[in-house]
This record gives sequence, structure tokens and C-alpha cells, in this order.
Amino acid sequence: MTTTESRPTERKPAQLVDMSWDPITRIIGNLGIYTKIDFANREVVECHSTSSLFRGYSVFMKGKDPRDAGFITSRICGICGDNHTTCSNYAQQMAYGVKPPKLAEHITNLGEAAEYIFDHTIFQDNLVFVDFCEAMVKATNPGVLARAERTAAPRGDIHGYRTIADIMKAFNPFEGEVYKEALKVSRITREMFCLMEGRHVHPSTLYPGGVGTMPQPNTFTDYLSRLMRVIDFIKKAVAMNDDVFDFFYEALPGYEEVGKRRILLGCWGAFQNPDVVDYRYATMNEWGRAMYVTPGVIVDGQLVTNNLIDINLGLRIMLGSSFYEDWVNEEPFVTHDPLGNPVDMRHPWNQTTVPVPQKRDFEGNYSWVMSPRWYHPATGEHLALDTGGGPLARLWSTALSGLVDTPYVKATGGAIRITLPRGEKLPETTLEWRIPKWSNTLERDRARPYFIAYAAAMALQFLDEAMGMLRNGDTKVYENFEVPDESIGCGFHEAVRGVLSHHLVIRDKKIANYHPYPPTPWNASPRDIYGTPGPYEDAVQGQPIFEENGPDDFKGVDIMRTVRSFDPCLPCGVHMYMGKGKTLTTVHSPTYGANHG
Amino acid sequence: MTTQSGTTEVQGEPSRAEAREGFDEITILWISEGMSCDGDTVSLTAAGQPSIEDVVLGLIPGLPKVNLVNKVLSPSLGGEDFLAPYRAAARGELEPFILVIEGSIPNQNIIEGDGYWTSFGNHPDTGEPQTLNEWIDDLAPRAWAVVAAGTCATFGGIHAMAGNPTGCMGLADYLGWDFKARSGLPVVNVPGCPIQPENFMETLVWVLQHAAGGAPPPPLDHMLRPQWLFGKTVHEGCDRAAYYEQADFARDYNSPKCQVKVGCWGPVVNCNVPKRGWMAGIGGCPNVGGICIGCTMPSFPDAFMPFMDEPPGGTLSTMVIRPYGAVIRRLRGLTNDMVNHEPRWRHNKRKLTSGYDPHWRA
Ligand code: SF4
Ligand code: SF4
Repeated sequence: MTTTESRPTERKPAQLVDMSWDPITRIIGNLGIYTKIDFANREVVECHSTSSLFRGYSVFMKGKDPRDAGFITSRICGICGDNHTTCSNYAQQMAYGVKPPKLAEHITNLGEAAEYIFDHTIFQDNLVFVDFCEAMVKATNPGVLARAERTAAPRGDIHGYRTIADIMKAFNPFEGEVYKEALKVSRITREMFCLMEGRHVHPSTLYPGGVGTMPQPNTFTDYLSRLMRVIDFIKKAVAMNDDVFDFFYEALPGYEEVGKRRILLGCWGAFQNPDVVDYRYATMNEWGRAMYVTPGVIVDGQLVTNNLIDINLGLRIMLGSSFYEDWVNEEPFVTHDPLGNPVDMRHPWNQTTVPVPQKRDFEGNYSWVMSPRWYHPATGEHLALDTGGGPLARLWSTALSGLVDTPYVKATGGAIRITLPRGEKLPETTLEWRIPKWSNTLERDRARPYFIAYAAAMALQFLDEAMGMLRNGDTKVYENFEVPDESIGCGFHEAVRGVLSHHLVIRDKKIANYHPYPPTPWNASPRDIYGTPGPYEDAVQGQPIFEENGPDDFKGVDIMRTVRSFDPCLPCGVHMYMGKGKTLTTVHSPTYGANHG
Repeated sequence: MTTQSGTTEVQGEPSRAEAREGFDEITILWISEGMSCDGDTVSLTAAGQPSIEDVVLGLIPGLPKVNLVNKVLSPSLGGEDFLAPYRAAARGELEPFILVIEGSIPNQNIIEGDGYWTSFGNHPDTGEPQTLNEWIDDLAPRAWAVVAAGTCATFGGIHAMAGNPTGCMGLADYLGWDFKARSGLPVVNVPGCPIQPENFMETLVWVLQHAAGGAPPPPLDHMLRPQWLFGKTVHEGCDRAAYYEQADFARDYNSPKCQVKVGCWGPVVNCNVPKRGWMAGIGGCPNVGGICIGCTMPSFPDAFMPFMDEPPGGTLSTMVIRPYGAVIRRLRGLTNDMVNHEPRWRHNKRKLTSGYDPHWRA
């Protein structure tokens, strides 16, 4: 088979085979992907995504002291626990009416920047890229590897690899140069994180009202010197990723269809601007737009809103295929937001979680994940937004809004320019990420190293400002507060892999209701009450298959690339292939793919 | 590898310090499908002393060859291919192996019908989810050693807190505190939420050296924790202890002084993190401005909540610190005993006793 062979144009009688991959993920859930594949026409015909783990945070937090929320919710996630703590503190700060000192915001931003750099690096280089490494490409598309060996790497002057195949080799697990270096980098960046937030995974120094981190000159120089040790690695990563992903489009025409969805992206914003944020609900639009990653909902390439109040009011948590009892007949906790806008019964503020363990049934209920959707007021649709794995939505939303204008990062409306300073080997470099044509697997993956560069560039600015404050003797990092008898709050943030919100209701100084919505429920959700598939399901369903193996030795690399491109909430490998496929039925002319825009 | 006047002879097998009995090769079967966040696996990859790659690549002398089966690090294709060694071990065809469990163990006995709280792959015959509990029942009796990684697996942890709906518990609660693996070792508990990376690697290395026949069993305390790691209190390793001694206390989190009045439980918690730092000596808890919330303890989290308030008895002890040192030590010993026990409602019986009420709105 040649690498440029065009895919069949005439439809053949379908040869349907059941294929599943379970277990896939571990962090927020045990993820399984169940598909039907038509090997005659080489496409995925159906996909279900299921999670088989329930833990119940929104249940056991009821009645607890609200100040404990950040410490507890950190434990939701073993890789981005700090994003939860931060988001919880944002929600609490709204509920308590407290604004942390500016320096605390810088310290939190620096911790979060280190987290993004760490987590995206280990995920991209040690897990995602295994799907594009030499060993994998050889096993799935030997023709592509042969071509990669003949193709010069266009950005070789930056990363130092001569051919595309050389880059692929550098990512071979355990042996490849870049694979090994990435593990080391992930330790250095975690040290940066610990300097700001104390411990990695579950931070120790974050509180509602600020941080306990002691600001001293070495707090910041220790961070800066580590950041500068990885700055060239970041520049090279961008260049290598661009080379390989551009090559894939060229070597496998039509690859843009892999994992392609209608453009339905959500970003809740990250990096507070300490000069603007006051955590009041009434001013949330203003300080939300001042964040250094701009929130936004993007539909079919258009920015629908970047107003966090609109974003908040549009949230809907649906059932349909999940193991829970509905709460729609309960009393609402919150009927109106602080501005008097009505709050829907399916909004997180009003949710009640009642788990009902039951048998998995793909025709009925099949997942512990619920189905978060965003209600589009103009069209009345309940949109299954995805996060593009985090970076794609963040960069897209920030670029389109055109609001970020800082010394190192500039959003231009259609692109983002990121400037990184001179490192040990490479000169000062300006990278430009442009809004892509598609929301697909390769673009989700490509956005990731650019966002690493983005986070590094923002860290430089936060360091400059924090050092300036420190040198002026302004070292306050914590502000006291009282927990009110009754209050509500919401926090919006970006976990590494995308949108994160926490909604909190306080009664009698206790938690009456608490609902964290991390990115994984958005991306991994099952079919909702309207039958709308979740993003993994939608992206995989109808996608073409380029792998050269047949049903007997099929690995599913194209499918796994798609699932992994969303960063399924884990640092672990998304594991492939469940065994020999079982031929189900042979039927004529399936009509799949029609729902893909 | 030996070196003789400029020439290097590379041997097929790594050299070992001495001849001894023990295994040459051992498999680690790691299951993180307990109720967990997988933070222990993530933490493990932060360890540099030694790093997991060094152990797996045979760079630490005196260890058997280690086959690590963990989804983070496995180059396997996954699914049934990934599960193959677990299935072989359950059939008795893979020996010896160390079973590592991450996450708390849910109580399946409180579920009526076919549901499940957590599963790990599917039953090969039925295609239905295979529960964590079934895997433990199959694997633990055959394991050479059983290690619980993190506070969830050791004592139940955050998911076993009051009001939880899953009735989950720690591994020793599930297997029985008198459980013995084939080696004669009880469950080896390495608490921490998450594990401090080096604490875990050190314990693993000791267990592996023991497996190789080159070391005695690791010394464990009454809660089955490695003594050398958990024998001292947080307070005994804290940078801020001198302030405590002078009764000089932080009033809020802006201060470098002792944090006992703003929620630190250091005096009664067994943990070495302030002394050791979080990774490579960097970070930690009270030493860098985080209160100790007792995350390594059997009674975590309930006994330590609300976290940001002064621990009960803190006022007394801070008032009388200097004149009554001996009394304080005794009082503190009592509190330490109290927080060193798990709540009794963590068990595997047919009843949920966590206080969960599904219709709590009313
Ligand atoms: S901060 Fe905590 S551990 Fe440190 S001296 Fe004070 S009470 Fe002890
Ligand atoms: S010092 Fe306390 S909070 Fe920190 S790791 Fe040890 S037990 Fe956990």
C-alpha cells in the first residue's frame, strides 16, 4: 500500500466488526471506548464512551465547612489537583467576598503556568507522541514510515533532526532521546510548581483568600532559573510537532477528517489579572475578559460570547445515558443569580447527585459520567462543547477575542504571537499560532506545544511583576475573611485539559451544594437525553481509518490518536486494542458520517 | 561491568554485591482502579532517588529484574493485551509478583443488583465489567507481597470520608489486618495523599531487595507503615518548630511562624515531608507555608476537618508550652493515638454506615 493511495470512493458492502478498548484512562474515570468499524469502507461507524468509576465528591461534600472545599476537591484529580484547588478558591472568594492580595495572584498564576508546562509536556511527549513514534508508525503504516525516512524535516535547524523519521525515532518510548528528556523536564517543571504551591498533585500552600507561600527573592529566582533551563526544549518541541503534523497531512491525504468535529469549543479562561479581578459576580464579565487566557464559547468558528456571566447561565447538566437519578423534581437551591437572571434547574447550582449503580447497557445507561452541555440562547441547541484537549480551545478563544496584549504574548484576532527569550542554544524566538481550518485530532495535538510556550511566556511576565512587588516591600499574600451564613459562588478556570468550573451554595455556614465540572465530563460524556453523542463519541464516530492492518491485527491507532488528542485526563497511556474483533454483521450501505460538519 | 586498565568488559547480567537466595526476576502488577485520582502513580514519576526508570532498567544494584506493569509506563498495547499478565497471575501462571493497589476499595456488598462502583477491564467470558474487588480476591492470595500506595489504598482516604455513598475502605480493612502475603509480609502501607515520591520508591526498593534475598523484611509499625518514614511527627521535622517552642504563632498565612493556630496538625501527625521536602528537597507543607492536614493518617480526613481551624487542644498546648512540656508530650501522645485509628465505619459488610443519605435535600 502506498502512502498516498486515495481512500475508496465507491462504497462497498459494509463489513462491521465490534472493537473495544477498555481500560483506557484512569484519572477521573476508567474510560472505555466501544466501536463498530466498517473495514470494507475503512471507517468507524459507531462509538460509545463509558466510564466505570464513581467516587461522589458532590455527595460527600454536603454539610462540610466550605473552607475545606479546595483541599477536598484537589483529590478529584491526580494530575491537575491544583487546578481544582485554584478553581475552588475562586468560587469561595466570590462566596466570601474576599479579594486576595495581588502577589498571591501572581504566585497562583506562576504555579498554574508550571502545571501547564509540566502536564502538557509529559502528556504530549511521553503518551500522545507514542502514537506517532517510529515503532508505532512502523506497526500501523509502514508506508508512511518509509516516506518519513525520505522526507527532510523543514525545521531541522531548530530541533536538530534531519528527517521526519529521525524525529519519530526520538519519541520511541524509553529509548528515544526526546522521550527521555521529556521525563527529566517534567521533574524540573514540577520543582517550579512546588516552589509556588508546595507539593505537586495536591498543593499545600493554596487557601481561599490567598497563599501561604513565603515570597522571598529566591522563591522567584529559583523558579526563573529552572524555567530558563527548559526554554529551548519548548522551542524545539513546537518545531518538531509542527514538522510531524504537517507531514501527516501530506503523507496521508484526507487525514484532516480524523477526529474532526463541528467547531464547538469552550474555554473558561485562566491566569487572573491581579489589577482587575475582584471576584464579584456582578463584575465577572469585566474581570473574566481581563484574564490572560480569554474565556469564550466558539461555534462554527464564530465567537458566541466571552462573557463569563453568559457562560455560567448557559451551563446545563443532562442525564440520558448515566447511572443517576434525575433531580428535576427537587427544590432548586438557586432560582436567580445575583443579577436577577433566572437559573435553570439543570444548572450545577441546582444539581443533586444520586448515584444508582446498574448494569452497563449501550442501548440505555452506560456511564458514570453525566452529559454537560451549553445552552445556546440564539439557537436553542444544547451544545456538546469540547475543550480541544485544552490548548486548542484556549488558543482559539484568546486569538478570536483579541484582548490579550502583553510583553510576551499578543492576540491578534486570527493568531497569537508568543515571544520566548534567548536560551542556552537558541536565540530569542517568536512563535505564531494561527487559527486552523479544522477542529480535529492533529490540530488538538499541535496546539499543545504552542500552549506550553504560551504558559512559559506568561510566567516570565508574572515573574517580572512579582519580583517588582517584592523589591518594593509588598509581600502580603493572604487576606482574612468571614464565612457568611448564606451565599453562593462560582469559579471558572482551565484545568490542563480544558474547562473547569466549581459551583457552591452555602447555607448555615456549611456546604449545602457543591458541583465541580472538570473537562473530562465535557469531553467523555455519553449520549444525552436528546441522543446527542459526547465529543469523544462524536469525533470518533464516522472518522476514516488509515491504519493498514486488517481486523485481525488491528491496533486502532487512528481512533486512539483521536481519543488521546483530547487529553483524556490522565498521564497514562491510552491503551489499545482489546483482542481480535468479532465480525458482527455484514450489511449494505451504512449512512454514517452524515452528522459531521 | 568491570574495568581493567582501560578495557571494558560488558557482562550479560548486572553484577550483584554478593551471592544470596531470592528471586532473580519479579513482576509488579499495579492496579489503580480503586477509588482514586491516580495521583500516586503521577507522584511516583516525580521521584529521582531512585527514579522508576532506574529501577526498571536495572540501574540499581541488588534488585531482581523488575517487570513493571502499570498503565502509565507500560509500552503494551493495552486492553486485553495490557491485562494479559494480570489474567495470567490470577490463573496462577505468573510468579512471583508484587500487587500494588492504588485507590480505596469500594463496598460492592451494599449494591443490590448488577451495578458496580469501579471496574478494571471486562470479564473475558461475559463482557461485563470486572470489579476491582474481584481482581483483589483473585490476586491478593497469590501475591508474593501486597503494597498499598497512598492514603486511599492504605486507610480509605478522602473517598471514605463521612457521608460517602460507596462505603469504601482501605486494602487492609478489605483483606483483614492479619492478612499475610506469600512472603509472610502483611500489606505494606505507604500512606500520603499523594505518596511522597521518594518515600514510595524507597519502600519499593526495600521490598525488592528483600525479594532478592539481600535484605530483611522492611520494619513496619502497628498501622503497617514503614517505621523509618513514619516514625516521627511532622512537627519534629518542621522548620517552624523553633517558633513553636517560643510560643510565637502565626495569626494568618502571611507569616513564617508556627502555624498551629491557623490549622496545622503537625504535632500529632506521623509524616516526614517537612524534613524531606516534596521532591528533590523542594516544597513540602508547614515548612513552606502549608498547614499539615494529616494526609498520611488513618483518620484522614474527618478527624482533621475543618482544616483551617486550630486543632482542638492546640490552645491548651500553645498556652502551656514552656512550663508543662512533659504534660504536653503526654496529651499529644493521646491525640496521636486518636488520629492513628481509622473510623470504624470502614468495613466490607452489607450495610453502608458512612452516614450517606441519598435524599439529604429534604
Ligand atoms: S508549623 Fe506545624 S509542624 Fe511546624 S512547628 Fe508549627 S505546629 Fe509544628
Ligand atoms: S506534612 Fe501533613 S499534609 Fe503534608 S504530606 Fe505530611 S501529613 Fe500530609
